[in-house]
Amino acid sequence: MDQDGETVGMFCDREHNDNEGEPTASSYAQEEVEQHVESIFKSYDYLSGLDTEPGFPLLRREQHKQFLLKSLMYLPESFSKLDASQPWMLYWILHSLALLDVRLEDKMKDGVIKHLQKCHNTQTGGYGGGPFQYGHLAPTYAALNSYVLVGTPEIWSTIDKVSMTDFLFKLRVGDGSFLVHEGGESDIRAVYCAVVVAKILNIQAPDLFEGSIEWIVRCQTYEGGFGGDPGQEAHGGYSFCAVAALYLLQGLHMCDLKALLRWTVNRQMKYEGGFQGRTNKLVDSCYSFWQGATVVLAQMGLHSSSPQEAKTKEWMFDEKLLQEYVLLCCQDPYGGIIDKPKVHKDPYHTCYGLSGLSIAQGSDESRIVGDAVKNKVKQVHPAFNLPVDKLSDAMAFFYGSKSS
Amino acid sequence: MSETSSEGSDGDRWVFYKDRPDWKDVTPVKQEEGPFPVVSIAYNAKFKDVYDYMRAVLKSNEISERAFHLTKDALELNPANYTVWQYRRLLLKDLNKDLREEFQYVSQLIDEYPKNYQIWHHRMVMVEWMDDPSMELDFLKEALYNDPKNYHAWKHRQWVIKKFNLFENELEYTESLIGDDLRNNSAWNQRYFVVLHTGKLSEPDQIRKEISFALKAILKTTLNESAWNYMRGLLIHTEKGVLEAEVVEFCEKLYASGNKSPHLLGMLIDMAVEGDDPKLDERALQICRELANRYDHVRAKYWNYMETIVKEKIAATKVADQKATNANEAASDVKNN
Ligand SMILES: [Zn+2]
Repeated sequence: MDQDGETVGMFCDREHNDNEGEPTASSYAQEEVEQHVESIFKSYDYLSGLDTEPGFPLLRREQHKQFLLKSLMYLPESFSKLDASQPWMLYWILHSLALLDVRLEDKMKDGVIKHLQKCHNTQTGGYGGGPFQYGHLAPTYAALNSYVLVGTPEIWSTIDKVSMTDFLFKLRVGDGSFLVHEGGESDIRAVYCAVVVAKILNIQAPDLFEGSIEWIVRCQTYEGGFGGDPGQEAHGGYSFCAVAALYLLQGLHMCDLKALLRWTVNRQMKYEGGFQGRTNKLVDSCYSFWQGATVVLAQMGLHSSSPQEAKTKEWMFDEKLLQEYVLLCCQDPYGGIIDKPKVHKDPYHTCYGLSGLSIAQGSDESRIVGDAVKNKVKQVHPAFNLPVDKLSDAMAFFYGSKSS
Repeated sequence: MSETSSEGSDGDRWVFYKDRPDWKDVTPVKQEEGPFPVVSIAYNAKFKDVYDYMRAVLKSNEISERAFHLTKDALELNPANYTVWQYRRLLLKDLNKDLREEFQYVSQLIDEYPKNYQIWHHRMVMVEWMDDPSMELDFLKEALYNDPKNYHAWKHRQWVIKKFNLFENELEYTESLIGDDLRNNSAWNQRYFVVLHTGKLSEPDQIRKEISFALKAILKTTLNESAWNYMRGLLIHTEKGVLEAEVVEFCEKLYASGNKSPHLLGMLIDMAVEGDDPKLDERALQICRELANRYDHVRAKYWNYMETIVKEKIAATKVADQKATNANEAASDVKNN
């Protein structure tokens, strides 16, 4: 925030949606969200005008930590519907805690590792959504990320690379795409998860991803973003999967990067400051990461530079507006990040809201919104969405101890 | 929650599997927790009971009528359990079940959970097994009536249309949806899917028709990115791309009328970059700065980047012009000598 006290009405220069006298269902929904956001901005304008909150707006670090630690141990009954996503919940919570630089007690880490081991399915290969569930690429990805977040070389050495390689090959479809599980659906999430698993574990199998770059490129739509399958509408989550997988497969140059960049930067909302997932849809905090990271990866592709070199460049979205959306509109007072005002918090949006904050802060340190020390979260790798320090430890292990 | 029984959804008294005589032979398999449980969900007693038996069945690979019923109870409690769905498909085949009934079942569940990956996938497999898409388009119309942007419904619709070649009335369908809400980007995307797969994008006349369709929508709402993007998508397939005469004329007219839609201004920049009019290059530089400072401030950094692209183009043109002049001079030197 500006420190010279010109904070009163600091949001009043934001422009509302203009329906040009042609209101439709989409514009009504948009205007409703803007109203909710506006009332929040107004209350903050009032508060900041009173100058009662130094370092405004503040990341509610302690509240998020409490919410996350509680969720790590215990989840209410409504989470039964996520019974087949247990490794996901571990990853969302552990990653969020890591971003907040919370260190876990050893017994907690041990509990996590034991639980992950129970989710491993020796029959199908891979990790399931819970104990006794079939191996599935999404929980496998989440489990592996969780291992990176809490593991040690000793733990990492127990991961069976050979069976993981078989598992990936079993799910490979001839055209370079992947199934999420045997008999399951196929879409770009599956390819991304497979690529990340192979990349982290240093699985060297040249034909595993034969045709994958071409298949992913077929998912780029006329809008510039990517859909879940060839033909499907461009969508932030799938775009991220596509672009991150292309980056990891060194195939970014194969897609239309300019169209991708144009589509992605256009997903940032001029009033709310956050990103929407698709053209003419509503803002949602999880896209802070999906779209924010895609802008970073697209820029890296355009400048064909490494993350470190590109680091010196600013990201081509408004990092201040994005941080303001997450910090002002999406923090639950009792901890946790919400999708948008009037919606409940959950570990998923907490993870991707904070990850998006990290991406935004990584653009230009001088533009960290609020107190630069208190609000700073750890830096994530834009393609893996893991903290760079933990990722490099794990990569050093899997690449260094390679004997084959 | 009572530990012995609870009300079933049909009003019958729910009997726990552990209390059912016909399940006495099965030992339930608990999802046991270690000394330090994590992400431990507070399952209710019914959930625990059903899944204890579900796990037992999965473990023993039991193929039976009672196992089939059990999958239904398990999916009612958590329709996102892909393992149970997969096992149910195995049972459907091995027990030679009536797939029509399965269709009714999955339709009900989609109404209840329209955004669930597993249920939609199950429906797709059922259509495949029965090799019968006859119910799909009406069913999807209903689903899309409730949520015109439901990604799963659109995925299913594209799959069934392509697999069974049901393109016939689809263009009209997208037109009616766009008529309902011309900002429904899913409908525009579907329109593109149709024109692409019906070969219209290789016929200049058809492209022109679609361009007119898009331009009409743009005139109504010049800020509607869906229509602009659709038009850009069509231009990929034309000979001149963004320099297509009709579109250039349209954009110039709209600009002359004072319109400042960022999508219009973005088009003008792209037209300058692709074209060879130095005056338009200068105007494009100006537009980039206006977008960054005023009309599309949130994307200021992007427009600054576009400004560098325009500048690069101007520089490259100058170099090319210089080369051409040099070549001409060299040629006339040769002639003169
Ligand atoms: Zn979301």
